[in-house]
Amino acid sequence: MMGTAVADAQIALVVNGAERRVPAGSSLADLLAGLKLDPRIVVIEHNGTILRDRAAFASVPLSADDNLEIVHFVGGG
Amino acid sequence: MAHADLLSSEPLTHPDPQPFVIAGREFRSRLMVGTGKYASNAQMIEAIEASGAEVVTVAVRRVDLDRSKDEAILHHLDPDHFFLLANTAGCYSAADAIRYARLAQAAGFNEWVKLEVIGDQQTLLPDTEGLLQATKVLADDGFKVLAYTNDDLITALKLEQAGAVAVMPLASPIGSGLGMLNPFAIRTIKQRLSVPVIVDAGVGTASDACIVMEQGVDGILMNTGIAAAQDPVRMASAMRSAVEAGRHAYLAGRMPRREVAVPSSPTTGMVGS
Repeated sequence: MMGTAVADAQIALVVNGAERRVPAGSSLADLLAGLKLDPRIVVIEHNGTILRDRAAFASVPLSADDNLEIVHFVGGG
Repeated sequence: MAHADLLSSEPLTHPDPQPFVIAGREFRSRLMVGTGKYASNAQMIEAIEASGAEVVTVAVRRVDLDRSKDEAILHHLDPDHFFLLANTAGCYSAADAIRYARLAQAAGFNEWVKLEVIGDQQTLLPDTEGLLQATKVLADDGFKVLAYTNDDLITALKLEQAGAVAVMPLASPIGSGLGMLNPFAIRTIKQRLSVPVIVDAGVGTASDACIVMEQGVDGILMNTGIAAAQDPVRMASAMRSAVEAGRHAYLAGRMPRREVAVPSSPTTGMVGS
């Protein structure tokens, strides 16, 4: 372990098409909390796989270059 | 509330003898409505309430992570009161539509989808080839597919065969408000299909909705016809009445058309005869 250097390390993800940096070791639940998103009203596709178990978001680790799509329902016909 | 007078739900004097059932589930209204293009969420909710609709369509889009707009619709629609029907609007390929349907399903409400595979940006007419392909994949995967299509009988028959639980021919292009352009085609589709036929798109005002229902179709889905009215809440109420009126007129069976007059009053007993 490298002490504080690890705590400060960040990784870059692509979230909804744009780069976003999060602390290394973050989970998906951490990312959502950082974005102030209610996990109950979003659907997440993680590297092309749709995540169906919201309760498991906390245990989904994020890695550098992960691609996330975070979607929700909006008005439509 | 400005439209309290429009929200009464008086029972019909002659209830519809046939329940409105899709894939074994009964719905309380033959009018389905979209949630797009409203000036505010409050107006949308008031209009939907006035329409009496149970099935309410929603779209799937990326969350705006910068929060410049409050677009999330689930803060405003109670999923216990409305049946949320996700659409695949904006998808131009079967693969995209399938992906959107699966994202919507993962929201956890139901496995129903209003499937759109659009083939052309200017007319928003369906890509029937992609639509059939996506219908088959999703139906095989357990989805209840309501397929938005054109008013072509052959495509409608193929969609039914591919496993669609309802076929949704357009009255006229999405958002056009042109009303029903081909009543013959709509009637033919209704006569030949076993699954419900729900006209989707093109209804501009209440008379359009009434005429659509007079063809004998099972229901109507509309969005812009209500949302783009000067007073959407009042138009929603008008659409509700029109759908019920058209349904009753269809069930009642119209009088035959004649090209000569037939007097309604007795021709005998005239004074001075």
